[in-house]
Amino acid sequence: MTETVERPLARENSVGQPLRRKEDARLVTGRTNWTDNIVLPGMLHMAVLRSPMAHARITRIDVSGALQRPGVVAAYSAADLGDANGSIPCVWPVTDDMVSPPHPCLAIDEVRYVGDAVAVVIAADRYAAADALEAIDVDYEPLPAVVEMPAALAEGSPLVHSESGTNKCYTWEFGGGDYEAAKAKADRVFTRHYVNQRLIPMAMEPRAVVANPTGPDGEITLWSATQIPHVLRVLLALVTGIPENKIRVIAPDVGGGFGSKLQLYREEVLAVVIANRLGRPLKWTESRSENAQVTHHGRDQLQEIELAVTNEGKILGLRVDLTANMGAYLHIITPGVPLLGAFMFNSIYKMEALSFTCTGVFTNTTPTDAYRGAGRPEATFAIERIMDDLAAELGVDPLELRRRNWITHEEFPYTTIAGLEYDSGNYEAATARAVELFDYDGLRAEQKARRERKDPVQLGIGVSTFTEMCGLAPSRVLGSLKYVAGGWEHATVRILPTGVVEVVTGTSPHGQGHVTAWSQIAADALGVDPSAVQVIHGDTGTSPYGMDSYGSRSLVVGGVALVQAAERVVEKAKVIAAHLLEADAADLEYKDGAFNVKGSPGSSKTIQEVAFEAFTAHNLPDGVEPTLQANSTLDPSTFSFPHGTHLCAVDIDTETGMTKIRTYVCVDDIGKVINPMIVEGQVHGGLAQGIAQALFEEAVYDDAGNLVTGSLVDYLVPAAPDLPHFTTDRTETPSTTNPLGVKGVGEAGTIASTPAVVNAVVDALRPFGVDDVRMACTPERVWRAINDAGSKGGDRAAEGTVAYGGATTESTAGGQGDGIEKTGGQA
Amino acid sequence: MVHISVTVDGAQTQHDVEPRLLLVHYLRERVGKVGTPVGCDTSNCGACTVLLDGKSVKSCSVLAVQADGSEITTIEGLANGEWHPVQSAFKECHALQCGYCTPGMIMASVDLLNSNPSPSEEEIRAGLEGNLCRCTGYQNIVKAVQTAAAQGGAR
Ligand code: FES
Ligand code: FES
Repeated sequence: MTETVERPLARENSVGQPLRRKEDARLVTGRTNWTDNIVLPGMLHMAVLRSPMAHARITRIDVSGALQRPGVVAAYSAADLGDANGSIPCVWPVTDDMVSPPHPCLAIDEVRYVGDAVAVVIAADRYAAADALEAIDVDYEPLPAVVEMPAALAEGSPLVHSESGTNKCYTWEFGGGDYEAAKAKADRVFTRHYVNQRLIPMAMEPRAVVANPTGPDGEITLWSATQIPHVLRVLLALVTGIPENKIRVIAPDVGGGFGSKLQLYREEVLAVVIANRLGRPLKWTESRSENAQVTHHGRDQLQEIELAVTNEGKILGLRVDLTANMGAYLHIITPGVPLLGAFMFNSIYKMEALSFTCTGVFTNTTPTDAYRGAGRPEATFAIERIMDDLAAELGVDPLELRRRNWITHEEFPYTTIAGLEYDSGNYEAATARAVELFDYDGLRAEQKARRERKDPVQLGIGVSTFTEMCGLAPSRVLGSLKYVAGGWEHATVRILPTGVVEVVTGTSPHGQGHVTAWSQIAADALGVDPSAVQVIHGDTGTSPYGMDSYGSRSLVVGGVALVQAAERVVEKAKVIAAHLLEADAADLEYKDGAFNVKGSPGSSKTIQEVAFEAFTAHNLPDGVEPTLQANSTLDPSTFSFPHGTHLCAVDIDTETGMTKIRTYVCVDDIGKVINPMIVEGQVHGGLAQGIAQALFEEAVYDDAGNLVTGSLVDYLVPAAPDLPHFTTDRTETPSTTNPLGVKGVGEAGTIASTPAVVNAVVDALRPFGVDDVRMACTPERVWRAINDAGSKGGDRAAEGTVAYGGATTESTAGGQGDGIEKTGGQA
Repeated sequence: MVHISVTVDGAQTQHDVEPRLLLVHYLRERVGKVGTPVGCDTSNCGACTVLLDGKSVKSCSVLAVQADGSEITTIEGLANGEWHPVQSAFKECHALQCGYCTPGMIMASVDLLNSNPSPSEEEIRAGLEGNLCRCTGYQNIVKAVQTAAAQGGAR
């Protein structure tokens, strides 16, 4: 059964309709093109031998034993590959003096985290390749490992890269106004320390690559489960030295990414280099355990945040001092991720001064990089946590504290202390709607009653009013931040001779439904039915230009490029139509896919007729080129700023520490909406990941640098019973900086939800003197926070683990609440 | 090598397999049923779920030799001329984004509805506990199963 969209003669706008997805017919019937599905004649399989130690010297390595194993075709260590063993570049050197150590595909002499690639085996099938790994002989001489950031920065720490002489990667500073002056004026200075724990992205499709070196004229094709086929092609050319025009990268069906497939990975380089060397197709598929260990991780910041405020709670200044874990090596944008948050700590609030410092640190752990939200969830977490904590300290309602500080809707456009111009927004409207849906006053009354009767199940209410920046954005701004690439996007629109439409986009979807949404946009821009539009993406052979999909940029940049290209097609068609109708182009109007001469009904040409004329080219006006197509490469003028208000109510069983989300309401303002069904799905999925950080997920290392949450057994990706039903709604304040009025939605739910949930947990526990609970807020941590009187939070992960951290949660302020007694054992 | 004979999506297949070969790899690599994906190596994700003699199993936790003589339905064989109501409901309710968990999610939902034709939201969530989705937050999956149930999803 497939959906058909019935259209009356005068077409309705497709944009804004919950059109069912074109993508789904294949996906629900198993007719899929995952990279791991690809089988090519003569294809070989690669398996990777990985370091079992977090830090060690390789004193000897001998791969010859593997070559004796059945089915094995080749085996390589770094030495065997020589120069072909390239180094993964970091394309965001955030400071001039940033330490950027080599990141070889196979480790040379030293391994620096558990999972570091040491050697590879190439064999006839995947089982034979995996079996032969054990025949490789490696002697390791253990070196001291450092897994925690404070320890890594301490004098005399073991060094992750001894040749650098330091574990500090960089210190980056940023600000606006004069923080010291703001602080001097303030009645209070409120300082908090939060831990934004390390997460594992865990896209459901593990990574996979297939390299085929047998293309025409020496071309090598790489299929990869990647978000960034275009960027990948450039990077592969730079790293391997293979001319860019001999590399084709294809991202077929890709099963989620969330930033984890926004990368150049070692296995991609190795597959290309080795397939070329052997002259045969080569496949590598990641196991889930490898995925947990070597696909980059996200978050992992220690956050010191300070507000200089008046007694009325008016924010004068904000100071942020971050310590950010790079892991053992720099991946493509590892050092830049925290900087993406630098502009977002001030969030929706007005203030006179901002001071931001971030120190990047190497440790013997998996490299970090972008994970859904990339820097912005961390920033939003810290500012929204401290706003709730400050409200408790001042004894005002957390929503009221926000009202006293936020930018009001009359004040847009507003230039923030971080120097960004927010074009539009209406925080009052989103908040009012959320409060209504949530029954805020009713829940506060219930909370009061439960506190008074010392109910063993306490109710907590958490607030998060967030904004974020999407679009990654004017190329010049990215350049000024030392990011090596641009932020533009490309689109081509063609009307083919038979009248159907081809849209080529440089965005690379992996679950976001671009094929459907782009069809809707093109359909409206051209006045045709969405079913007449074919969207081509994710293949440098057929969509040669693009900057791909990440940072909620696809619609706000790629979608707008598409509109522009479609408009150019109509412009060109208009000239041809005028010629055919023997009219002046100025007298033509374009509606529902046809040009009409104004005031002369009956004389019209459809765009399909024009396309056929443009194809035969028998009767084109002078100077007009045949074919009906146009390109647009759009560099956005600015970022876009979605916002919203999220409210969370939790029930906490104070006897067991179990937290249950009872109500979750979010009202997001993402500007205009192309497909509300897809938008709602993006919000749901984002919420799930943000809630997961708050309650379930945490990458934990032991002292020796072993990832103890290295599989889905230990790393708690939430399942259906773990999550609540979400109540979602939208307000719509169109962006004024792009013709679609859109703002981006991919990350909003993730960014906003984490602090909403943790604020709710802490709110429930404030009567016990608790003012923080470390994420993930597991029942154990919550229980300990309650039962360790005077504890500043349930910071009791096993000592010596990264979860334990070494950072403690503290406040310079008092404010222990009214301290109801423990209710353990009472009815 | 062990000789096995399995009916996959209505067609008889016979192969000599290593005793250690997982059913999911048998389906994907020997029978060519690549519609059933692999998402983990610890039997946690459920992406590989198929029906074995009508009951849902994680095909990564079954050996091919254990499936000898049985009948397997994968996502590719679920539609019988027309889509199964669960397939239609997944599309209608936007219960998938990247679609990687979808084959397993659909097969598990089919089994769930076969044993409980009108489950409550809580029963649906509990029934799908063994299937992970990283994209949807499950809300629309729940809705899809409810929708399929209303349309007589137990088929
Ligand atoms: S692949 Fe079978 S449960 Fe994950
Ligand atoms: S739709 Fe992507 S994992 Fe479920």
